[in-house]
Amino acid sequence: MKPCLRLIFLSIALGFGSQVDADPRATGDLGVVIERETGSIQIVNTTKPASLSRIEGLGDLSHASVVFSRDQRYAYVFGRDGGLTKIDLLQDKIEKRIIQAGNSIGGAISQDGKIIAVSNYTPGGVKLFDAVTLEQLAEIPAVYGEDNKLSKVVGLVDAPGQRFVCSLFEGNEIWLIDAKNPRQPIVKKFKDIGKQPYDALLTPDGHFYAAGLFGEKGLALLDLWQPEKGVEHILEDYGKDDEQMPVYKMPHLEGWTVAGDWLLVPAVGLHEVLVIDTREWELVKRIPVAGQPVFVTSRPDGRQVWVNFAFPDNQTLQVIDLKDFNIAKTLQPGKAVLHMEFSPRGEAVWLAVRDEDRVMVYDTETFQETARLPAQKPSGIFFTDRANRIGW
Amino acid sequence: MRYCWLLIGLLSSRAFAEQPNPQRQQELLNMLKHDCGSCHGLPPKGGLGPSLMPEALADKSDVLLADAIQNGRPGSAMPPWKSFLRIDETGWLIQQLRQGLK
Repeated sequence: MKPCLRLIFLSIALGFGSQVDADPRATGDLGVVIERETGSIQIVNTTKPASLSRIEGLGDLSHASVVFSRDQRYAYVFGRDGGLTKIDLLQDKIEKRIIQAGNSIGGAISQDGKIIAVSNYTPGGVKLFDAVTLEQLAEIPAVYGEDNKLSKVVGLVDAPGQRFVCSLFEGNEIWLIDAKNPRQPIVKKFKDIGKQPYDALLTPDGHFYAAGLFGEKGLALLDLWQPEKGVEHILEDYGKDDEQMPVYKMPHLEGWTVAGDWLLVPAVGLHEVLVIDTREWELVKRIPVAGQPVFVTSRPDGRQVWVNFAFPDNQTLQVIDLKDFNIAKTLQPGKAVLHMEFSPRGEAVWLAVRDEDRVMVYDTETFQETARLPAQKPSGIFFTDRANRIGW
Repeated sequence: MRYCWLLIGLLSSRAFAEQPNPQRQQELLNMLKHDCGSCHGLPPKGGLGPSLMPEALADKSDVLLADAIQNGRPGSAMPPWKSFLRIDETGWLIQQLRQGLK
């Protein structure tokens, strides 16, 4: 009897120990997959790779983006319906969810990780929230023009100096928001920067904010080290005499399209990727590609850029080798590659392949598929190593 | 004027005469939800593009909507879909929108 009891106690102790050891989950190799039709996300582990859980009830995710807390513990999901959802990646649950606007496009987290900023379409403007409690700290209506209209806000990024930068789509402005006092943010407005800025990126050093223009050619460039210089219009003439093709999905500008001294951006209305020299901000090359580029995303080491495309070419991916700007590979993973996300050091890339209802993982050296995970209409993939990158 | 009447006639006869076959219906709905939906939302309450909810379309004629879908809206982000959608398919999609997408 006693030997039995001892054995039982020993088993229990080992069992509990085992459970406790199994429970802790590191967050450095986690990710969030957006499932746009069901308004849900999956939490994934990018090393195994595996899906760890699905979380439902995030509202309308027909367009969504994500930022992460500094410690990579929480994901903040910005939904189309104005929902802002804070997710605990360790406990697989919604920590808090608010509806902060009627229609929203994305957001950012401040340099110090304490403020969440959201860019809204309806009503047009930016709102600031406490990253811990999601308490609203400020509302900045995107008022422009003489009759005080409200513009949709796009291209919102964090910037050094506890600042945010965004663009006004109808307002044709860039706003530099100083949030050192988040309850009383100070806004510096740059007007008439070009027609219909549609998205923007910040260079990895936080030096330049570049907004892509939809209403005319080129980009609007703001030097954050010398904002008094105002906004410069660059690449204003590229392709203006070429046949303009319809754009079936708005291109996106995301961090790390900067590779070395080059910034690679999607052309608008042309089936090209544009290469800009960031020392002179001049166009140095136009690379013909398979369709209208949407994401032009640099592998973390900057050697490759992966490009996905708008309808009807969205089953195609192309890889540009920046050693000589050639297309190293054309892939056909499946219908509707909507988003790409590299593993933290770039040995793999994850693809949201919407109409095939799956996420696919590719080796970026061999261009071979290495894994696939089921997902319902996946449209975005965001990894926790974004948490501490400037401007993401 | 004449063009309008012709288009109405065309829409009416085609839309009722032949529904897209079930597979094509599925493709069209997928396009509506996911390609149109990235700009117009899902349900289509709007985004960069305007709302396509039944109440938002109530005061807009089929002719106006068909023209916007087929020919796009120059100067806006709405592209022309006529290379991918026949007139009768466009009419069918308009009816789906008027009934409301789930």
